[in-house]
Amino acid sequence: MGIGFGVSVLYLSLIVFIPLALVLWHSTDGGLSGFWDSVSAPVAWSAIKFTVVVSLLVAFINAVMGTLIAWVLVRDSFRGQRVVDALIDLPFALPTIVAGLVLLSLYGPNSPVGVDLAYKQAGVVVALLFVTLPFVIRTVQPVLYEIDQEMEEAAASMGAGRGTIFRRIILPNLLPAISAGTALSFARAMSEFGATVLISGNLPFKTQVASVFIYSQIESDNQSGAAAVATVLLGVALLVLLLLDVLQRWAARRG
Amino acid sequence: MRIRRRTTALTSVGLAAVLLLAACGGDDSGSKADSATTKVPDATATTAAASASATAPAGADTTPLPAAKLSLVAYSTPQAAYEQLIKAFQATPQGKNITFTTSFGASGDQSRAVEAGLNADIVAFSLEPDITRLVKDKLVAADWNSDQYKGMITDSVASFVVRKGNPKAIKTWNDLIKPGIEVITPNPFTSGGARWNILAGYGAKSQVGKDEAAGVDYLKQLFQHVPVQDDSGRKALQTFVGGKGDVAISYENEAIFAQQNKQPVDYVIPDDTILIENPIAVTANSKNPVQAKAFLAWLHTPEAQRIFADNGYRPVVPGVAKPDEFPKPAGLFTIADLGGWPTVTTKFFDPEKGVLVEVEQKLGVPTKK
Repeated sequence: MGIGFGVSVLYLSLIVFIPLALVLWHSTDGGLSGFWDSVSAPVAWSAIKFTVVVSLLVAFINAVMGTLIAWVLVRDSFRGQRVVDALIDLPFALPTIVAGLVLLSLYGPNSPVGVDLAYKQAGVVVALLFVTLPFVIRTVQPVLYEIDQEMEEAAASMGAGRGTIFRRIILPNLLPAISAGTALSFARAMSEFGATVLISGNLPFKTQVASVFIYSQIESDNQSGAAAVATVLLGVALLVLLLLDVLQRWAARRG
Repeated sequence: MRIRRRTTALTSVGLAAVLLLAACGGDDSGSKADSATTKVPDATATTAAASASATAPAGADTTPLPAAKLSLVAYSTPQAAYEQLIKAFQATPQGKNITFTTSFGASGDQSRAVEAGLNADIVAFSLEPDITRLVKDKLVAADWNSDQYKGMITDSVASFVVRKGNPKAIKTWNDLIKPGIEVITPNPFTSGGARWNILAGYGAKSQVGKDEAAGVDYLKQLFQHVPVQDDSGRKALQTFVGGKGDVAISYENEAIFAQQNKQPVDYVIPDDTILIENPIAVTANSKNPVQAKAFLAWLHTPEAQRIFADNGYRPVVPGVAKPDEFPKPAGLFTIADLGGWPTVTTKFFDPEKGVLVEVEQKLGVPTKK
């Protein structure tokens, strides 16, 4: 507990804790009943629900597909592997509004491939999958590199099938990484604005995500309403992060 | 380490490729539009600037103003116009020592930025409440709208942007709610500008506010026909140009802008529509009030107003528009006719109990078509 700790706490406070506390503070500008009114308004509630459900779905798909892609990148070898590996990070570098624009031109009304997802809930899922792609891959990849393949060989020599090896040896080793990546992609999906604002069509009760709803409240000079919905999002994110942590500890103990 | 470096290099290559791809996509749609091009009013920055510098306005001050850097904070749609206007002003004897920094963005965001401390000498917004916000904070003088133009710098009207040739024959507000018609208009809670569209429809169908129930009922029907509610007017128009919908409600100047950009659209001005009035003001804390006021005065000269007109805006100064350039709709009404912004904002756009909240909530329940 030396200077390093002090600097860390100061930094975290300035960059994260104080801003987050201010959001909580503003969310009750209209009193607790004001908070409740803002959150329980049908439009707000439907945006929150849609955002949470869609983010859970996106996180789940990421957990599966991200692990698979990481596996292919580490354990397989094919031409262009390095190029693919490099491309994985692109969704982070691209301004998300550009991502939305590109997806809209590719999977929108003028789709050259005949797939029109624009202004539908599926479109929101695709946009979120795009921007959250790297999380699971980039958390799982280094762990896969580190896994001692001799363990797998030993298991195989003792007669374990490929399925058993994956389930009993590889998966338990990867689980913390998968869980961390999934949690990150869930949190990111909850907060995404740029990529979804174009492709969602922003239809209340159908495709309006919470971040866009929050923007509408700010634009209507209802900052406490915006902060209230943001607080709910923060709460849900915290809950999911904690749940994943518990799940992971439980799995570790069991393994 | 070596792997990491290679990754970075490849990342940038890949990034360039994707951006290029996106750019090509843009070009593609542009050329598609070209094939069905439309007649555009001839307007270029150079001719406008030349005419402004050649003929100094009668009675205009020709003494050069002391050098200053003015900060203009404005909403996004007139960006092209202001870029031409600034050039033209700097070409006048009066404005030759003045330089500008400009910031363009969503009207409400810009207003809030100035409220939060963004330095501005001149603010130009798409609707009056964004100035009123600053008046409350004493950032704009309370008498900002006491000049002969009531604080306004440009006008426009709410119009219907339709596909080339108007295949669905859309002419009136009733045509928008015919079965199967898709209407594009931005979300009135995210887009300040969308409020003009809503109020135009409301005013037209309520005999300018006399039959409130009929107006609200119309809005409820209208929103059943809106498949996309983009967050800004410009994005809504892009959605329409991108192929979605049969008609977009938009400002006349935006429709003209789309045509100038060779988009294959026509526009129809309904007989009953609202006069859109865009406010401008010098801030109370301007460090260069003399120069800022001089620029504002110059913006009201016929030369400057002509540049606005070339960019699709209706001039507020009489005699600038050519005959028939901006025909006046028979049933034109103003925001004042509907009770003024404070009344209208509370009544329609209060985020908790405004009429539009009710209209949007109706979207959440299944309705018979």
